[in-house]
Formats: sequence, C-alpha cells, structure tokens
Amino acid sequence: MKEYIRKYFLLRRHNFQVSVKKAKRSKMCYAFLAPYALIFALFYILPVVTSIFFSFTYYNILESPRFIGLQNYISLILEDEIFLTGVKNTFLIAVITGPLGYIASFLFAWLINELPRWIRTIAVIVFYAPSIAGNVFVIFTIFFRGDAYGYVNAFLMDVGIIDAPVLWLIDPKYMLNICMIVILWMSLGQGFLSFVAGLQGVDRSQYEAGCMDGVKNRWQELWYITLPNMKPMLMFGAVMAITQAFGVCDVTMALCGYPSTDYAGRTVVTHLFDYGYSRFEMGYASAIATLLFLVMILCNKAIQSLLRRVGT
Amino acid sequence: MSKRIRVQNAQTIPHLRVLRLKKRQPNRSRLGDFFLDLFLLGMAMLMIFPLVFAISSALKPLDELFMFPPKIFAQNPTLDNFSDLFVTMGKSWVTFSRYIFNTVFITVAGTAGHLIIASMGAFVLAKYDFPGGKTFFNIVVVALMFNGYVTAIPNYLIINALGWVDTYWAIIIPAFAAPIGLFLMKQFMEGLPMSLVEAAKIDGANEWKVFISIVMPNVKPAWLTMIIFSVQSLWNNRAATFIYSEEKKPLVYALQQIQSGGIARTGQAAAVTVIVMLVPIIIFVLSESQILETMASSGLKD
Repeated sequence: MKEYIRKYFLLRRHNFQVSVKKAKRSKMCYAFLAPYALIFALFYILPVVTSIFFSFTYYNILESPRFIGLQNYISLILEDEIFLTGVKNTFLIAVITGPLGYIASFLFAWLINELPRWIRTIAVIVFYAPSIAGNVFVIFTIFFRGDAYGYVNAFLMDVGIIDAPVLWLIDPKYMLNICMIVILWMSLGQGFLSFVAGLQGVDRSQYEAGCMDGVKNRWQELWYITLPNMKPMLMFGAVMAITQAFGVCDVTMALCGYPSTDYAGRTVVTHLFDYGYSRFEMGYASAIATLLFLVMILCNKAIQSLLRRVGT
Repeated sequence: MSKRIRVQNAQTIPHLRVLRLKKRQPNRSRLGDFFLDLFLLGMAMLMIFPLVFAISSALKPLDELFMFPPKIFAQNPTLDNFSDLFVTMGKSWVTFSRYIFNTVFITVAGTAGHLIIASMGAFVLAKYDFPGGKTFFNIVVVALMFNGYVTAIPNYLIINALGWVDTYWAIIIPAFAAPIGLFLMKQFMEGLPMSLVEAAKIDGANEWKVFISIVMPNVKPAWLTMIIFSVQSLWNNRAATFIYSEEKKPLVYALQQIQSGGIARTGQAAAVTVIVMLVPIIIFVLSESQILETMASSGLKD
C-alpha cells in the first residue's frame, strides 16, 4: 500500500513536471490566449462562481449575504409549487422544441444545400430571419388574440371549427402549445447557420466516392458521409439547442404575460427572473440558476455521447 | 425506373450524358427531389409569413390596423407610420443621430475586438496542444450555456467595481469574450490541416505570421459568421442595466421606448418592429453572399 501511494505521487510529480516543461515551451500559446482568457474569466467565470456562492446565502443586494446552507435548495424543491410548475413547463418545452428544432435546423440546412446557389441564398435568409428578427415574435400576440379580432380566431370561426373566440394566450390549456409553436418558429438560429456553413465545406469528392462504393440513396449518403463530416457543427448545434430550450422565458413572458394565468406559462428562467428582478432575493434566484445549470451540463454530456455514435 | 430511362436517353445522345452527370448529384431521385423541394417551399412560406405580416402592418394606415374583420395585407399601403416615427424621433430630447452613433460605436468596437481576441485564442486552442488548453475550452463550452439573466447581477457588481457603469465599455468589453465566437472559430479551425501551419513554419514564419497570413484567410467563412453573431447580439443589446444616461443609450432602446407608447402609437410601434427587425436581417443578407462566395472559393483539401 505504502509503495503504491509512493508510486502514485511519483507519477503525479512526473506528470506535473512534464506539463510545466510543456507550458514553458508553449509560452506563445498562452500569450495568444491571454487577452481572451482574462476578459472571459472576468465576465463569464467570475459571475458564475459568484452565483454558485450566493445560492447558499440569503442575499437581497441591500444587506450583505447571510450564509444559510442548503435552505434555498430545500425550499425550492419541497415548498415552492410554482417552481415545480416552472420545471414541468421548461421540461416539456425543452423535450419537445429542443430535439425538434435541432433536427429541423439540420434537415433544412441539408435540403437547402442541394439547391442552386441563388435560391440557396434566399432560402438561408428566409429560414434564419425569424431568429434574428429581434422581438418580432410579439406579432404572434396579434395572431392569437383572444377576441374575434385575432386572426386565428377569425379564421377558425369563419371555417366553423369553433363558434366562440378562444382565449389562446390566457387559457392555460393552450398557452404552452402556442409558445412551443413560436419557439419552434425561432429555433433555426445559430445552429442552423453553422450547419449551412459546415455542409458547404464537406468535400464533394467524398460523395462521388460513396456513390462508387455502393451508397444507394440520399439517406444513406446522409448517414455515412454527411453526418460524420458534420460532427463538429452537430456538437455546436446541440449546445445551442440546449441553451435555447432551457433558457426559454422571453417568448412565454411576451406572449402569456408576466405573470401568466395560474402560472401556466411559467418557466424556470421566468421564476429566476421573478425572484432576481422583482423580489430581489438573489440568493434564491442563484439557487435556481445553479440547478438549471447542472441540468444543462448533464443534458449536454448525454447528447455528446449520443453524437459520438453518429455514422458508425 | 426514372434512372433507367435516363441512362437509355443518355446512351442515344452521348453528349447529353456528360451534361446530366455534371448537373445532377449522385444518389438523388427526381421524385424525391420534387417532394423535398415542395416541402421546403411550404415551410419557407410558413416561416416568412409572420415577417411579411409585420412589414405589411407597418404599411397600413391607422384605420386599417383596427379594421374588423382584420385583413392580412394593407389595402392602401402608406409610409405614414414611418414618417410619424421620424417626427417622434425628431422631437426626442437627445438627438436621434446620437442614438445611432451610440449603437454604431458599440457594435463596431465590440465586434472588432471580439474578432481579434477570440480568433487568437481559438487559433492556439485548435492547433496546439498545451497544458490547460483543453480545460479552458471545456469551460468556454459550459459558459456558452449560461443564460444571460443568471449572470446579470454579479456582472453588474464587477462592472461597478471597475468603474465602467454608464460607459460604453460596460457593453463593449464583455462582448469581446463572448464564448460563442471562440467556440465557433475553434470548431472551424480544427478542420484546417496542421500541415499548413507546419509548412509555413518551415518556411520561416513565426506564430503571429502564421496566424495572420495563413490561418485567418483560410477561415474567412467562420469569421464572417462570427461578425454576424456579434453584430446581432450588440444591436439587440438594450444595455438598460449598465447605461442610464439618456445620451449614451443605444438606438434599440430608444425605439422600443416609442414602441411602448400605447394604442395611439400602434402604427409607429409597427414601424419600429420593422426597423428593429430589418437591420440585423439586412446585415445578414449583405454578409451572407460573401460567406457563400468565400466558401466556394476557399475549398481546402488536405
């Protein structure tokens, strides 16, 4: 046992010395990375660390934080029913719009890629525009307005499917579904663009070689040639999809109101927003953030291991 | 079936065969192409409809905006809403050119710094193996997922400590380190063959030279994409948390203040929606053609 521990430390020390030597040799690398690393640490790592720290405290900005251990987490999970509604909604939205938006992004990028160049240019703009159009999604409140002025109500009453206007954005029954439609509409974002750019970079001659080697149709080609070539972009798209799916709050807040009827449109981030910006319970809000963050990381790990199997 | 007919035709007219082979990709059936294109067209119509609607309602005169039953397209399109908006803008306390300057300055400075700093970092992360590099990149990936609302309060405390509250730097400097740019750049640079870098080094170029004249020109598509993302996020950044002097606020903030002016400003609000929406789209349209162009010409073969 003693021998084992001694060897272990010897190995550790050796490894450490090797990396120090390597580090000395690659001074240039650190010089290149330094400006980015510095700003990144200051504005991205430090706030996250502070967030985790505050999640164990009671902190309302005015008074200095008071350490209360796991109390925030305990009341969050055991006592806060609205939070659980938020978790349920976020989970539903993430599970439905996340994968669907991701697959749609790739599918459209792939289909667009085969079009002649000028159509492709237009198609990319058409599909990408909703996600960069600022707060245009507010326009959906006009479509789904609760009275007969709303386009959806007017149309459905005209056709005769419903005989009285439906309160699309006020009735908890419909609220979430409409939010999902809007989120899906906006989901062809950065991941989509990355796919389009990546598909352009796939070597043409691989397809010809694949054809010679017995690839029979476009779907086989997709699985055996295109997807393996696209792995880096697929990973990126997955991260973006997760971020989008779990970070939903702008859309639900704009469409269903804040707060929404019976909290039916509440998501985890809305809850965070509520406690952080309306009630100034930063400790509690930080606990929500930390939980959300953990779930996102786990989700990302799962998807990464899934993507490793693509094309094999 | 269709494939066989094509082959027969091609045999009768030999030169046609060459043309066809050039034009059509392998492994594609005509029927499949047709249905997939039809599907794509339908989806495109659905996607664009809300945007078209936004533009058409900005062109509606006020009485049509409140018409019952509602019409999707404007009957008598006018630009009144836009001219009203310009009148309101002209009456604002801070001149409108100042808002425009603020936005342009923040966007240009933030994007330029981001592009240089993040691609430098991405270059060494993608092409060299050094202690801590992988860990750092993993942290960047994780940071990519952290929602902006979460970090807003600690961010404010930090910026306050630096004394940057109510200056442009509060928006510009954090934008330099946006994780998405580095992530994207690194992923694209990994596709560059290492032999390219090594060849340049053998020819006597130092790292800086390799970075500027070998790596950067070869990842043009990636940095154009990076610029688009950065410009978009900076354009949409209302900066409400950090900047409180009216004369330093960006354009989007001022526009959205007009937008929230109630029923009387419905027309102007529609016009604002269109302006806020069109700027990022136009920037994208302009740079997109360039992306596709550079993509086509910068075919890198190992």
